[in-house]
Amino acid sequence: MANRVLELANLSVAIKGGGDRPHAVRGINLTVDANEIVCVVGESGSGKSVTAQAVMGLLPKSAMSVETGSIRLEGEELTTKSDADLRAMRGTRMAMVFQEPMTALNPVERVGDQIGEVLEVHTDLDPKERRKRVLDIMRAVHLPDPEQMIDAYPHQLSGGQRQRIMIAAALVLDPALLIADEPTTALDVTTQAQILKLVREMQTRKKTGVLFITHDFGVVSEIAHRVVVMQLGRIVEQGAAEEVLRNPREDYTRMLLASVPSMTPPKRVPVSGPVVLQTEKLFKTYGKRTLFNPKARIVKAVNDVSLEVRRGETLGIVGESGSGKSTVARCVARLVEATSGAIRIDNSDIAAMKEAKFRPIRRRVQFIFQDPYRSLNPRRTVGEAIIEGPMNFGLSRKEALQRARDLMAIVHLSPDAVDRYPHQFSGGQRQRICIARALAMEPELLIGDEPVSALDVSVQDQVLKLLDEVRRKFNLAVLFITHDLRVAAQVCDRIAVMQRGVIVEQGATADVFAAPQHEYTKALFDAAPGRHQEFAASA
Amino acid sequence: MADVSLDTPIAVTPAKPRAAFRTLLHNPAVLFGGAVIIFVLLMGLLAPWLGTIDPAAINPIARNKVPGAEISLRTDTGERIKMIARFGTDSLGRDVYSRVVYGARVSLLVGVAVALISVACGLFIGLLAGFFRILDAIIMRIMDGLMAIPAILLAIAMVSLFRASVWTVIVAITVPQVPGVVRLVRSIVLSVREEPYVEAAVTLGTSTPKLLWRHVLPNTFAPMIVQGTFICASAILVEAILSFLGIGVPPEVPTWGNIMAAGREVFSLFPHNIIYPGVFLAMTILAVNILGDGLRDALDPKMAKRM
Repeated sequence: MANRVLELANLSVAIKGGGDRPHAVRGINLTVDANEIVCVVGESGSGKSVTAQAVMGLLPKSAMSVETGSIRLEGEELTTKSDADLRAMRGTRMAMVFQEPMTALNPVERVGDQIGEVLEVHTDLDPKERRKRVLDIMRAVHLPDPEQMIDAYPHQLSGGQRQRIMIAAALVLDPALLIADEPTTALDVTTQAQILKLVREMQTRKKTGVLFITHDFGVVSEIAHRVVVMQLGRIVEQGAAEEVLRNPREDYTRMLLASVPSMTPPKRVPVSGPVVLQTEKLFKTYGKRTLFNPKARIVKAVNDVSLEVRRGETLGIVGESGSGKSTVARCVARLVEATSGAIRIDNSDIAAMKEAKFRPIRRRVQFIFQDPYRSLNPRRTVGEAIIEGPMNFGLSRKEALQRARDLMAIVHLSPDAVDRYPHQFSGGQRQRICIARALAMEPELLIGDEPVSALDVSVQDQVLKLLDEVRRKFNLAVLFITHDLRVAAQVCDRIAVMQRGVIVEQGATADVFAAPQHEYTKALFDAAPGRHQEFAASA
Repeated sequence: MADVSLDTPIAVTPAKPRAAFRTLLHNPAVLFGGAVIIFVLLMGLLAPWLGTIDPAAINPIARNKVPGAEISLRTDTGERIKMIARFGTDSLGRDVYSRVVYGARVSLLVGVAVALISVACGLFIGLLAGFFRILDAIIMRIMDGLMAIPAILLAIAMVSLFRASVWTVIVAITVPQVPGVVRLVRSIVLSVREEPYVEAAVTLGTSTPKLLWRHVLPNTFAPMIVQGTFICASAILVEAILSFLGIGVPPEVPTWGNIMAAGREVFSLFPHNIIYPGVFLAMTILAVNILGDGLRDALDPKMAKRM
């Protein structure tokens, strides 16, 4: 018991005023030992973040409170501690790293001072010594050129560097427990791989106990010693990482694991339908050098992109943030105007077409957005959302409503739900409504811009299956934008890998996955978390 | 994974508008502000039946009477009657009570008209500026120019150009209010146009006027109601100031500002000329502002936390 860092016994956190359930977490028992990484996995609403907040004493007071149970940090009970005592322990004995490295850092304070603040509050080191300690920890987290960077502001650093600063600030006083709440979710996969490596390294350095919260089984397989699976505020299963990932005992765990798409693309027959979409030498640049601003920065968001999608085929564009993959999609849907190049839909070039002339073609190109919570107008019923497009193109209200009801059934929603408002649906259901809205236009080309990235893994699986189903049913051409290689492997016939606006590699999915040619593609595949792990064991 | 066959929605909560209306009725600030405003409104509407006499009638023998004094006056039919001057009389012998009661009409008319006109203009111009990037630069520079004009100077200029009337005052107060509304509407439109559901409507081929009407405009309603109440309060105040300075509504028309202006010279001897209209003015503006705060809390919770 000497090296037990954290022990939660029968912990329940009540939600005041009741939400959809009376307890955020209920009767959970879990432990973290020194020199151990415990991953808490679960879908949204499983109570994993609340658990972390309860330990840190950061529960929103007006909404939640610890009802029963105990939280012991190195044998010391935390639930009865005063705010002042907890404050003294935060940073010194337990520390936390958050998901969003941009908002977790103060944008108007130098990063060195933000790390130094921990020392200033908890120690009586003088400024010179503090600076030395800060430089030491910055070196330890492998930040390049710490002497320079210590005086930088957060916006001058990359996302990965900011997360390193957060980790440095958390670890500068060598706490016994580090809580990491989805620390890599907002990062690109190559950056994520580096941060995961760093967390592991820092953990072995001082034998820190780490409670690592994530929704990603890839990350779990990379980093965890032990795994705790949560669902709706309860612990479903816990055990050694290998054991849980390979031989899950509970149905829920098995279902979650089966929902993780496999990295191995299935065999696919090349599609030979007519070309629906073709782009040729597509450019989109931001910024313009003018007489008044001759040195303006010019960003080539899309740089010489040529691709084509055939009827019945799914082309995936894979890349990290800032690679220009979404911009390509938005150019094709004419949500932004391409700077130069051709975009052909059924052989008519829409890139420079006048809006009035383009309008009839709009119907044929439909878009599904990433965020299902914001892509439906909260003030209008889902029926109104679905009939809006067809009515713009001259269908009567009655016919359009009939079509909406038929489509609701096609996307596995009750046709009577057309009178409901979007807030009455879950994220996955809303994304299915968005698919119905797109299908109502009877499109030829469906563009999905990260359509499943905001969804939980089990819901993601359903939506992907639905997309595949409608693609077959209506023989659609699909342009699928994603950052997730696993998803790409499963849904795409061909993929194009983009980096900084350029397509670096393009080919049949199976070929690219089996033998990536370009350096960047290889790096991307190497960084994919849990790439050697095959989850869909019992699918 | 069990297949999803015909899911039903997760929540079965009733439609929203009712809920918003109910929160309104449970908000004490809204109730208090609303009650006071309804009181003043009824006072203005029912003025002839509230024991008042002609507010413009000059009565030389009953000048500067203190509140509660008995005065005698001649009616239209020529007979003399006696009555109590509840709020006293001013230096021309006019009954202050009647003038205060009738004055509510002008104050509320100015407040409501300015609020409606400036919100309507602001909405229209703001939508254009926010949605059409080409118009934006031009419109916003014009608005900057308008903002530089002081309301009181504009009123003086307009009164000297046109005849002093309630409508001159309304226009003079409205013009400097419009840029504020335009800025607010524009900022809302700029953020809403980035919403995926607006972009989705674009891909569905919805025409721009329809798009603005269906998807953008409804987002401005709550802030506009709130902003409208604050403009109303400020307009009532500015009208009183203009009248007090003698550049507003003609002096024979009873308004709270005019009553105070008439009583200014004899204030130290007969303070009732200023106290009674002053109390009504302060009460009304307080009530409108409290109502505005309450509406903001109820309709726009995010904004309430920020301020």
